[in-house]
Amino acid sequence: MSRQPPREFVAPVQRFRIRYAKRGQLRFASHRDFQRAFERALRRAEVPMAYSAGFSPHPKISYANAAPTGTASEAEYLEIAVAEHCRADDLQTRIDTALPPGLDIVEVVEARTPDFVQRLEGSRWRIALPGVSPDAAQRAVTALLATHDVVVERLTKNGMRRVEVLPAVVDIAVTEGRAASVAESSETCAIMQVVLRQETPAVRPDDVLAALRSVADLAPQVPPQVTRESQGPLAEGGNAGGITIGDPLAADREA
Amino acid sequence: MAMAPESVFDRLEHLLPCVQKPIQYVGGEVNAVQSDWDAADVRWALMYPDAYEVGAPNQGVQILYEVLNEQPGVLCERTYAVWPDLEALMREHDVPQFTVDAHRPVGAFDLLGLSFSTELGYTNMLTALDLAGIPLMAADRVDGHPLVVAGGHAAFNPEPIADFIDAAVLGDGEQAVLALSDIVRDWKVAGHPGGRAGLLERIAKSGVAYVPSLYDVEYLADGRIRRVLPKLAGIPWRVAKHTLMDLDEWDYPRAPLVPLAETVHERMSVEIFRGCTRGCRFCQAGMITRPVRERSKAGIAAMVKRGLAATGYEEVGLLSLSSADHSEIAEVTTYLADCYSDSQTSLSLPSTRVDAFNVDLANELSRNGRRSGLTFAPEGGSERMRKVINKQVTEEDLIRTVATAYAAGWRQVKLYFMCGLPTETDDDVLQIARMAAEVIRVGREVSGRRDIRCTVSIGGFVPKPHTPFQWAAQLDHETTDARLALLRDRIRSNREYGKAIGIRYHDGKPGIIEGLLSRGDRRVGRVILEAWRAGARFDGWSEYFDFERWQSAASIALADEPVSLDWYTVREREHSEVLPWDHLDSGLDREWLWEDWQAAVDEEGVEDCRWTPCFDCGVCDQMGTQIQVGPTSVEMGMPTARGETGIPLSPRADSMA
Repeated sequence: MSRQPPREFVAPVQRFRIRYAKRGQLRFASHRDFQRAFERALRRAEVPMAYSAGFSPHPKISYANAAPTGTASEAEYLEIAVAEHCRADDLQTRIDTALPPGLDIVEVVEARTPDFVQRLEGSRWRIALPGVSPDAAQRAVTALLATHDVVVERLTKNGMRRVEVLPAVVDIAVTEGRAASVAESSETCAIMQVVLRQETPAVRPDDVLAALRSVADLAPQVPPQVTRESQGPLAEGGNAGGITIGDPLAADREA
Repeated sequence: MAMAPESVFDRLEHLLPCVQKPIQYVGGEVNAVQSDWDAADVRWALMYPDAYEVGAPNQGVQILYEVLNEQPGVLCERTYAVWPDLEALMREHDVPQFTVDAHRPVGAFDLLGLSFSTELGYTNMLTALDLAGIPLMAADRVDGHPLVVAGGHAAFNPEPIADFIDAAVLGDGEQAVLALSDIVRDWKVAGHPGGRAGLLERIAKSGVAYVPSLYDVEYLADGRIRRVLPKLAGIPWRVAKHTLMDLDEWDYPRAPLVPLAETVHERMSVEIFRGCTRGCRFCQAGMITRPVRERSKAGIAAMVKRGLAATGYEEVGLLSLSSADHSEIAEVTTYLADCYSDSQTSLSLPSTRVDAFNVDLANELSRNGRRSGLTFAPEGGSERMRKVINKQVTEEDLIRTVATAYAAGWRQVKLYFMCGLPTETDDDVLQIARMAAEVIRVGREVSGRRDIRCTVSIGGFVPKPHTPFQWAAQLDHETTDARLALLRDRIRSNREYGKAIGIRYHDGKPGIIEGLLSRGDRRVGRVILEAWRAGARFDGWSEYFDFERWQSAASIALADEPVSLDWYTVREREHSEVLPWDHLDSGLDREWLWEDWQAAVDEEGVEDCRWTPCFDCGVCDQMGTQIQVGPTSVEMGMPTARGETGIPLSPRADSMA
């Protein structure tokens, strides 16, 4: 006799899109670490989640484009499905309270439009380079942009992978500033603002740094601090005439 | 007052991008406590001397962490062993061993408590002491260095680490850590009378902990111990273990830690009883944790409810040494299965009992879940062997039990055995192959399927202190390996059933080092130090363990002694020999243990005293304790001793509208 899994599953009645941040010390959490922490927070917050069917039902959550381990982020996105009607502001407070400080809910919006993931066309990354002067960084960036194709290798679960970097680079600018988590007294250093297009396989800030190392010998002594500042649809324009990143939740908010 | 030590996180942060799984060094667990350093006058760092993924879920540390932090004026933080990649960077950048709570240097605390579940953590203790800037040898420490206190099962023979620790606590830690905190506070308030030596003397005289430096060990010319005696008047000749009575009054952890990093136990645990009187002669845990003390069914229900609400875990494990033995376990499992069957919460009952009742419990807990595997522990392959170890299970019991399991829809049965037991022969081990084949034959018959499986898992037996086998010779690793190879070949050569039987085992070498560290005396400390200096770390991990390094450390460190690695491991001891732990009192009467050892050799069994009259093991008389088992009168869901109810909390309880 073969046992059948229970037939009932908890059907969704509503979906919410959530923007969250990974800050400070908790930037060292991997995406899997975040997933476990988030699912447990949902249970502590008593969010009436919708579940899949089967012997081991899973809460209905879709994650998009997680930032790499060690990278902070102000703009991560996911979507949840709930089995009872909820209010977005109430969900935001409850889930944020249940999450450990450093994993923070920035905004919750009810999903009212299709194709959310397609709107996540690109990300703006802030890369602080402690110990590197803006001039040195600018020279390296100029050298990188002058090359035609740069391929870097990255170790993945499936072995070494070759990544073409330049096609994903939409914009790179160098400014001066302070590394985010270092004490006030620390010296200023180069800050790179990099806009990368979401591609498959994904090109990550680490790949850009590897490209700068291979093309221009830019090798910071202290590990760079990377933060994803925004993620969304890419658009030309803005006052400066550069590339802007739109708000991917705008369509749901306005619908 | 000394200034609060600064967090080392700023210095650590730059190293984290360069190491594996950096999140394990960050802390930030749900339910972690942030305490005010200046508001505390007694400060503990607790260490589980293994990797964070193993140490963070440890119940002992989690219990003491809460018990201490609840106490006014006491602060407690946690620290774990750092992997060699971070150790190297910490040495290079001069970052000390730190706590994961507030990243304070471990050297700044009053006490460093280490919980040793296994002796294989000893080298990790040395790494931590060294990184913390604490002298490795207790004799070299001065005022201002933390008091290094060992606890856990391995502390029942702390002699091999006697030179490195200041004190050892035997038995349950809850009350002992509070008593130690009081002694340390009184000594600090009094202005450190007598300095560090004065504090150690206070501890030794209180009987709360064993202070090895206040005892002399004398040896006979042949290397055996002549006697162990206190150096000062007023210090007990024998130091006794602590026994916590009334688990309902000690319902910790109340808010279990939920780590961000993935750990070996991704579930919440509720300890349903402590102690075991089954009397398996190989089992140190069962011998040193007597008597049986059950948590009431209402207390269990309340802890499950509160713990799930505090953690958000998806699974609850009902822990103990043999969970199906709780006198009210059937009520508990039915109640919990009723409460949580529709709430995406699963329940597990780690039990290896070989009987149909155990299968019923497993069926109940998997009402809606997948029935993948069930584990049973016959421990010995032959009827004779099971009599020697007092595992009172017949082959008929086992076959009947697995038949029930396969018939109820379980697809895989895992069987635990040991190799290297006293009096064992090749044939005793080969019986495992016959038994496994019979399990598959019967399983196919009752289930009508050919895809059922049986996995045979074999551990090497290591004789442990405070058990009837403390006198036994350990089997040498060559013979262990040869026996396991014979068994493997016998199973594989069975054409009809061999493919349905999996076999898992390890080679016998790590067991020999565990044996050395388990039954060693103070001279073994030199071997540990030598091995550590030669690079020994994480000895419980096969990818780090190096037998040759330990062998060579033993021959160097024991070169001038009449003893050797073999002397400590494969040598049988006589009745008259003074054992290194004889002055440490687990409550078990030495003569009773000896008689039980003789009964083992004669293949005679002893019953469980929960259900038969007392057979005078000595624990209850000497310790003033007694067995605490049900039935209890308070129903589940009713208020318990602490006034809390066990009414389940459904994750979907109220609408949020």
